[in-house]
Amino acid sequence: MSMVDEPLYPIAVLIDELKNDDIQLRLNSIRRLNTIARALGEERTRKELIPFLSENNDDDDEVLLAMAEELGVFIPYVGGVEYAHVLLPPLETLCTVEETCVRDKAVESLCRIGSQMRENDLVDWFIPLVKRLAAGEWFTARFSACGLFHIAYPSASEMLKTELRSIYSQLCQDDMPMVRRAAATNLGKFAATVEPAHLKTDIMSMFENLTQDDQDSVRLLAVEGCAALGKLLESQDCVTHILPVIVNFSQDKSWRVRYMVANQLYELCEAVGPEPTRTDLVPAYVRLLRDNEAEVRIAAAGKVTKFCRILDPELAVQHILPCVKELSSDSSQHVRSALASVIMGMAPVLGKDATIEQLLPIFLSLLKDEFPDVRLNIISKLDQVNQVIGIDLLSQSLLPAIVELAEDRHWRVRLAIIEYIPLLASQLGIGFFDDKLGALCMQWLQDKVYSIRDAAANNLKRLAEEFGPEWAMQHIIPQVLDMINNPHYLYRMTILHAISLLAPVMGSEITCSKLLPVVVTASKDRVPNIKFNVAKVLQSLIHIVDQSVVEKTIRPTLVELAEDPDVDVRYYANQALQSIDNVMMSS
Amino acid sequence: MNGGDGGEVAAAPSAGPPPPLEWKFSQVFGERTAGEEVQEVDIISAIEFDKIGDHLATGDRGGRVVLFERTDTKEHGGSRRDLERMDYPVSRHPEFRYKTEFQSHEPEFDYLKSLEIEEKINKIRWCQTANGALFLLSTNDKTIKFWKVQEKKVKKISEMNIDPSKAVGNCSASSSSVSSSPKPYLANGGYPDRSYSCLSNDVTFPPGGIPSLRLPVVTSTETSLVARCRRVYAHAHDYHINSISNNSDGETFISADDLRINLWNLEISNQSFNIVDVKPANMEDLTEVITSAEFHPTHCNMLGYSSSKGSIRLIDLRQSALCDSHSKLFEEQEAPGSRSFFTEIIASISDIKFAKDGRYILSRDYMTLKLWDINMDSGPVATLQVHEYLRPKLCDLYENDSIFDKFECCLSGDGLRVATGSYSNLFRVFGCTTGSTEATTLEASKNPMRRQVQTPSRPSRSLSSSLTRVVRRGSESPGVDANGNSYDFTTKLLHLAWHPTENSIACAAANSLYMYYA
Repeated sequence: MSMVDEPLYPIAVLIDELKNDDIQLRLNSIRRLNTIARALGEERTRKELIPFLSENNDDDDEVLLAMAEELGVFIPYVGGVEYAHVLLPPLETLCTVEETCVRDKAVESLCRIGSQMRENDLVDWFIPLVKRLAAGEWFTARFSACGLFHIAYPSASEMLKTELRSIYSQLCQDDMPMVRRAAATNLGKFAATVEPAHLKTDIMSMFENLTQDDQDSVRLLAVEGCAALGKLLESQDCVTHILPVIVNFSQDKSWRVRYMVANQLYELCEAVGPEPTRTDLVPAYVRLLRDNEAEVRIAAAGKVTKFCRILDPELAVQHILPCVKELSSDSSQHVRSALASVIMGMAPVLGKDATIEQLLPIFLSLLKDEFPDVRLNIISKLDQVNQVIGIDLLSQSLLPAIVELAEDRHWRVRLAIIEYIPLLASQLGIGFFDDKLGALCMQWLQDKVYSIRDAAANNLKRLAEEFGPEWAMQHIIPQVLDMINNPHYLYRMTILHAISLLAPVMGSEITCSKLLPVVVTASKDRVPNIKFNVAKVLQSLIHIVDQSVVEKTIRPTLVELAEDPDVDVRYYANQALQSIDNVMMSS
Repeated sequence: MNGGDGGEVAAAPSAGPPPPLEWKFSQVFGERTAGEEVQEVDIISAIEFDKIGDHLATGDRGGRVVLFERTDTKEHGGSRRDLERMDYPVSRHPEFRYKTEFQSHEPEFDYLKSLEIEEKINKIRWCQTANGALFLLSTNDKTIKFWKVQEKKVKKISEMNIDPSKAVGNCSASSSSVSSSPKPYLANGGYPDRSYSCLSNDVTFPPGGIPSLRLPVVTSTETSLVARCRRVYAHAHDYHINSISNNSDGETFISADDLRINLWNLEISNQSFNIVDVKPANMEDLTEVITSAEFHPTHCNMLGYSSSKGSIRLIDLRQSALCDSHSKLFEEQEAPGSRSFFTEIIASISDIKFAKDGRYILSRDYMTLKLWDINMDSGPVATLQVHEYLRPKLCDLYENDSIFDKFECCLSGDGLRVATGSYSNLFRVFGCTTGSTEATTLEASKNPMRRQVQTPSRPSRSLSSSLTRVVRRGSESPGVDANGNSYDFTTKLLHLAWHPTENSIACAAANSLYMYYA
């Protein structure tokens, strides 16, 4: 027990709190571990702090997680790369704890340190650590070992490499499914470091084992490895080794496995080359598009554009397009919705003629879908079609779809369509917009749901930006200002909000002549909520209008509001006055 | 004896049934003294052994979980890896001692539905152990919780930098400066710059460090058990949860309520997938509810659930995402002419359990235990009468609601025997192999054989003779009293569990946990 010098007091407290009873304080200390290390110096960090942390392994998971993260960037504090190995023991213990996220972080930190370590240090320290973990008594250690092989392997000697490969192979057949899952997850990373000769033999046999696992969860992860492995192999080997596996997987009994295949399949097309793609992968993909399980069709439909981009357009028209037609009237709304979110991207792939002939009817039928998400997804990607065939062909069907969505009884649907209005406006052009959609935009300002009114105000601002102030002066401002006389104060508040958003876009002149008078009138409103919102709006206008206007109009209004009987109104009025003063001072 | 035995036995009747077991009293926890009144909250509502039988957990109506650990195998030499594989020989009968307990659930109130949620533990399931820490799932009617029970060092810190006795004010000051208190603490007038902001990374320290600083030293080596709730899986059930069950993949589990079964990942508590939904569009069309559900012990894709109409459905998770259509259905046709008002009520299955090897399913309805071969859906391979003598009294049982009691059932680790509870704190053990006549009635007391009927019952004539493999017996066993008058319907033994590797049974009689071995 000793008292420390005064300047050291904070750091002393920080160190003591490594063992405080309050978890927040321990966390705080661990987060400042580098400060502690620097205060102790490199040598004492190596000899005292690191061993101390190694023993600190029964702390709460939150603390361990923080420790695992900090240690990953600790090399500078222990004396540089030559001492990096002293960091391994505490991380090794963290690799064995029960909480998955702590182990994952510890593995990540070990990889980070390992990739900086000198080659012979890796052999002396890192590889033995990997071997120890792989032989661990509890599955947690073996689980973590799987994620370290790709760092350990490159610097190992021939003999060690053989051993490491055989250890990994054992991990792929571990009793515990958790370990096999970790082995399957990391196989791709490990394979990338293995020499081509062994890749074809050792790694492929491990891969085959995993693809035949009893546990669906292991096979699922093996599917994910397919694409990674395929890219490592020569295309010929890929055809002989990976292709049969993935084709098998595409007919697996478990829909979850087929679901994974549907998600991954397009990645393999490049690895195997065009011919096997045509003969094997396209039929497999077509099967998945017609799968019995809706979830699989959802995944397959979601990849239809990516898949077609890789394919010869002719093949796409011949084989994929018929399936797409079927999917557009699928019994599951989620399948149609997934299709709608990507199908517009097929237009550039297929070209103008095929799009008009084949895709357009599908677009149109999806635009009339009974399920709003499907229609929304089509509308959200409108720009992609516009580039290929122009929008005129669609506009006839588009309008009813938009109007129906705009009046949907679910406010989330209305909200979604509002977000797309600026996009639609830019695609459809001013003329079309004025005729058909202008009224809708005003109607939303008086929606029953706040979020819609809020989005509507924002929408007006974006439209004004899109079409310019002159257009807005004609088509937005008069209608908006009319509504300030709405008998319901919530709608008046929406208008104030819209004014504050529009003012920066409209510029000083219009703001002074049109908007400001309305705001000033509103300051006489009988509802305090309106009045303090007036104060807020005025505050936002200070920067837009001339200083003379501020002094002549805004300040007197605010001074009046600052005398208001309502405390909130006075508060915001004073805030606004203060910011006027600040602007004055700085100018 | 390994898990495969069950299969062989039924397939090879020539092997002959094993001799009946002699049950002996082993232990009791929470024994009631004469005249002591049982507190409602102390009544045990769930019992579960872990996979290797080294631990036993009980849950009670007060929302507590109590853990017991096995004492007779502590010094076995097998490595932990073997432990994970769950097979090692033991010589003595299992003995347990109290390990720890914790409050798993508290009573709650659902304000949206104006519903009280009891804290009563409905089910407990053990999960994979790791590093000596125990993991288990416990559930009440609505909320499932994932618990980790672990030994922690009791910290005793010496070698502080700041003498705690001299620097009480300072310590607390510095603590508050980081925790929440926004204003600087200057009580001692000492260290106005003590906040951590002065410790920013650009502070320079001498190259060799500061020698006067030292790390705290932990001296005590004592440990204590700490239970921490790691995850809460809530708000996924509209009805009362009746079962939870772990998958063999070690990462998922299911929870079942009256109308739905949900699939969870242990690591993700904010979403679950609905895999079975039997709720009809119109609740007036409701004729059947889910009463219990369990995963197959080895096939990750298979699960069974039972219904109030007496059927068991096996579903295959590989087939489709929403498994409303079952892949196999097990139910017994009621013999014609024997229908009565109570037929449907007593057909309701209260519990199902897979045998360890996964080939057989044991089910319990009000009157019988039935053993089903999952490869044979024409009828059960054995039907065991548990309390046939109650049949004339069904009317009374209906009047006092006893007919709705949900008795659990269990199988021995070798699959040769089954057990289930009854009234008057009795439970019954049957041999379930072909030709076995073993049918023992035991009382949950220190003298279990007190009421034992010595004459082994012989197989009775099967009601439906077409099912040649069906064995019915025990029906003539009168228990204690042929009239059944002395049966006490208030003392019912609902919960019991068979040790996974040995002939040892733990059962709950009100608030007491009795253990027997043979």
